[in-house]
Amino acid sequence: MMPGLPGKFTSIVAALLMTGCVNSQQPYDYTALKKSKPRSIVVIPPANNSIEVNAPYVYLSTITRPLAEKGYYVFPVSVIDHFMKENGLPTTAEMNNVPLDKIGENIGADAVLYITINDWGQKYQFTSSVSVVNVEMKLVDVKTGALLWKAAKSAEQGSGDGGNGLAGALLGALITQIASSAIDHTPNLSRNINQAVIYNEINGLLEGPYSQIKPKKQL
Amino acid sequence: MSSRLHSSSLLALVVLSTILSSGCQTRPNLYHWGSYENLLYNMYSNAGDAEPNLQIERLTKDIELALKSGRKTPPGVHAHLGFMYAATGNADMAKQAFEQEKELFPESSHFIDGMMKRASRGDRS
Repeated sequence: MMPGLPGKFTSIVAALLMTGCVNSQQPYDYTALKKSKPRSIVVIPPANNSIEVNAPYVYLSTITRPLAEKGYYVFPVSVIDHFMKENGLPTTAEMNNVPLDKIGENIGADAVLYITINDWGQKYQFTSSVSVVNVEMKLVDVKTGALLWKAAKSAEQGSGDGGNGLAGALLGALITQIASSAIDHTPNLSRNINQAVIYNEINGLLEGPYSQIKPKKQL
Repeated sequence: MSSRLHSSSLLALVVLSTILSSGCQTRPNLYHWGSYENLLYNMYSNAGDAEPNLQIERLTKDIELALKSGRKTPPGVHAHLGFMYAATGNADMAKQAFEQEKELFPESSHFIDGMMKRASRGDRS
């Protein structure tokens, strides 16, 4: 047996215990983020690879709060969207192709958050339906173009699994399908994803300048 | 006896899981959020529930409540309010709201100044 292995093992176990809510994830390399120290983030309306036309805007309504509570200035997402549309960028795909120097010049943000929606919305199965949200995001320094942070996550929520046997499941599916236009699970799924990736203790975003939290990973 | 044991261990489990699940995200809010996120959602999903005048009413109330609660108004809310005032043609109130955004968050100055400059030149946006 190699010397030093028990010590290594103990420290791994200790690390797993300390992290509590997360495990088996690679620690993030924060070198670029610590060097950049952004104060402000402009969120570009997400690029959309799903078939749900409205997905970028539902998602956009959920992203300000977790970033702001993390301590960053977040530009008003809807005002930015309007500004871009007025300046000849009608689609979010086009908005995601704006050169960084233009963003610096017109918005004055320190960092840009680019988001891609890979999957979104309700999928129907025989006795149930499931809502899915799958996004990836990356934070980029406006001045240098350096990648400061990135994350990707998928979340889903079943709607028809009422737990009352087949009849209950069928009824649940029926109710779910009837009510599907009324109940939109995607905002909550988006919030869950944002919370999970931004506040992740191993590879989440570091505290921003307005944060009152004084952790080990302070910017 | 055994059912008492059972319920006490169940209680312990509930307490333990509460501690574990809350452990990773207990931090006080910096801001009073109010209806901002809901308005953003409605703007694109139920436009009927996001008319500029309604948004102005809600956001103004939120800003009052934030003052009362001693929490700050979140980033973007005053700018968004200014945007809504501009949409109703109320340039004075729009300007006032934009200035408040700058005062609370100097990070917004560059963007707000540019926007107000373009507005005063009569450009759209």
